Amino acid sequence: MSISTPQMPLNSSHEAHQIFEVDCMVKSNAPVNGEYRLLKLDAPQKILDCEPGQFFHLLCPVSGNLQPYFRRPMSIYGYYPDKGELHFLYKVTGEGTAALATLQPGNSLNVLGPLGCGFDIKPDWKNLLLVARGVGLATLAPLALEARRQNKQLTAICSARSSSVLMSIDYFRNLGANVITVTDEDATSNIENLRRLIELQIAKTGVDAIYTCGSNRLLKLLQSIGRQHGIPGQIALEQQMACGIGMCQCCVRQFERNGKIVQERVCKEGPVFDLQEAIAC
Amino acid sequence: MLDLTTKIGSLTLKNPIMPASGTFSEDLAQVFDLDVLGAHVTKTITREKRNGNPTPRVCEVRGSMLNSIGIPSKGVEAFIENVIPFYADFDAPLVVSVSAGSADEFVTLCEEVSVAGVDAIEVNISCPNIEEDGKAFAMRPSTTEMVMRRLRDATDLPLWAKLTPNTGETTEVAKAAEAAGADALVVSNTLLAMAIDIKTRKPKLGNLMGGLSGPAFKPIALRMAFQCAKSVDIPVIGCGGIASIEDVIEYLIAGASAVQIGTATFIEPKIMVRLIDELPNYLRSQDLTSISELIGSVRDEEAADGLVFIEAAP
Ligand SMILES: Cc1cc2nc3c(=O)[nH]c(=O)nc-3n(C[C@H](O)[C@H](O)[C@H](O)COP(=O)(O)OP(=O)(O)OC[C@H]3O[C@@H](n4cnc5c(N)ncnc54)[C@H](O)[C@@H]3O)c2cc1C
Ligand SMILES: Cc1cc2nc3c(=O)[nH]c(=O)nc-3n(C[C@H](O)[C@H](O)[C@H](O)COP(=O)(O)O)c2cc1C
Ligand code: FES
Repeated sequence: MSISTPQMPLNSSHEAHQIFEVDCMVKSNAPVNGEYRLLKLDAPQKILDCEPGQFFHLLCPVSGNLQPYFRRPMSIYGYYPDKGELHFLYKVTGEGTAALATLQPGNSLNVLGPLGCGFDIKPDWKNLLLVARGVGLATLAPLALEARRQNKQLTAICSARSSSVLMSIDYFRNLGANVITVTDEDATSNIENLRRLIELQIAKTGVDAIYTCGSNRLLKLLQSIGRQHGIPGQIALEQQMACGIGMCQCCVRQFERNGKIVQERVCKEGPVFDLQEAIAC
Repeated sequence: MLDLTTKIGSLTLKNPIMPASGTFSEDLAQVFDLDVLGAHVTKTITREKRNGNPTPRVCEVRGSMLNSIGIPSKGVEAFIENVIPFYADFDAPLVVSVSAGSADEFVTLCEEVSVAGVDAIEVNISCPNIEEDGKAFAMRPSTTEMVMRRLRDATDLPLWAKLTPNTGETTEVAKAAEAAGADALVVSNTLLAMAIDIKTRKPKLGNLMGGLSGPAFKPIALRMAFQCAKSVDIPVIGCGGIASIEDVIEYLIAGASAVQIGTATFIEPKIMVRLIDELPNYLRSQDLTSISELIGSVRDEEAADGLVFIEAAP
């Protein structure tokens, strides 16, 4: 296989939009369960023209021992132009997210965005399947809302370690989604059972497109199901980022396109990519 | 009237603030109007297509960063076709950064990018010379002079030599570049460094080692900019760790005629705009009317050459 370098952003099918760097006021930043927090920001209208799947690059506060230097990429969990709010759902995993967790209502947070290319919903796709685990649900939440707006049928398979950290179930249910939950605790989240559940769904209603994020295990499973049934899919991927806007080339991942390995920037060509082109790592 | 202009050889820049190679691209035009900048400096390119290094390619170190991006390059043809035309709409001069593993390849690449729309070539000689022992050209005066002479013959465009801090012969290298016909020095590229995750015991960069940049690096690059400005008559462009207007002023006082901003743009994408806005206020506050009054105004009158050109910490 030959190796080639990323596509020029200028030739990208997505038109270049404006990127804003603004200070937002924290409205609330409360735990939603033992592991995750929901951050709500007061945001100006101009930054709320977002696509599901896009993200912001957050300048986490520096305080005491917590001194993150780079910004931290965070999927948009919700964008509400009517309320002037921007939401993030995050898990504290290290210095930057621990610093985010210290934010109090009234504090200010500098955000850069919206960034990247989001999910596509083709007009002729009627039945959409979302499969996500853990914090990946945050990334798929705005997609579910958009699917609802477009009157699509939605099935969401939500996976987690235990039922106590299963998130956004009500969020998806309130959007009229058919929600299926699986957990490690109940031994329902294994690949064989997931395959069975998805095959069942395909047989029952048909599935026109599959959306997922993150996990290698899910990626491989969904690639296999997608290939077998000829169902297109999209995946939101993660990679460490410095600039977040395409300049530094630190966030590249490899993809397989037309039999060739290509490198693309997760922050610019992504974070949403074609499911079959993604390579599990 | 305040005068923010600065001269880099035959080029007059409308202000002394420009981006550092590898920390800037067309993408930044989505954030602000790039025409406010003193110049545009592109990511280093090589002739052939290259992929760059394995990930992770960056990591944080207290208030600064390491990178081992390498030079992923779409190749010179794609660059001439896609990138140079993008900058045609701007007034700011376009500086194209080039690199190669041998003098011959450097010559060919310099000839290839000496096209309309390009106003100067920044020669990234901080990269390994693969024909000799793999040490960077700019680590030694002899290899610096050899490659810069070849390039001087290859193009009529202004040549800026970008130096490396990974040398014990800073002033000798600077003089060698000047003697070979360089029009300016960019001081400097990143400093070789390392970080290890103590939990996994794995190096934090996929490439094991990488270059230090950001505020922690500033005193080192500033020292080099000072030494270079003392030892050559061509302009020095300061680069390393700049994150505030005070940092810019410090470099100008040390002898830099202009500065490049790198890592800080990742944290604050509009920092260059802010610095350009703050310059006039600073000049006014000091009763100055031009940038040139600051350049090289360091008060080191009594210092002996032995001190100025020292290559070891006292
Ligand atoms: C496009 C995108 C969207 C994301 N959306 C969410 C979200 O909605 N909710 C959420 O909880 N997390 C999300 N993440 C992951 C989140 O960015 C990381 O958890 C966070 O950067 C960790 O920072 P830290 O300082 O707490 O951890 P540390 O491990 O201390 O971070 C060290 C460095 O590694 C980087 N890093 C560590 N883990 C990741 C990761 N998984 N992805 C990218 N960089 C990483 C950090 O940014 C930092 O530069 C997203 C990542 C990407 C790329
Ligand atoms: C991510 C990254 C990529 C870089 N790529 C290049 C490059 O391609 N060519 C080059 O000459 N310098 C490159 N540099 C070095 C910068 O141009 C600059 O010399 C250095 O970072 C010091 O400045 P700073 O502290 O302001 O970042 C790179 C630096 C970073 C952080
Ligand atoms: S994070 Fe810099 S190019 Fe993607």
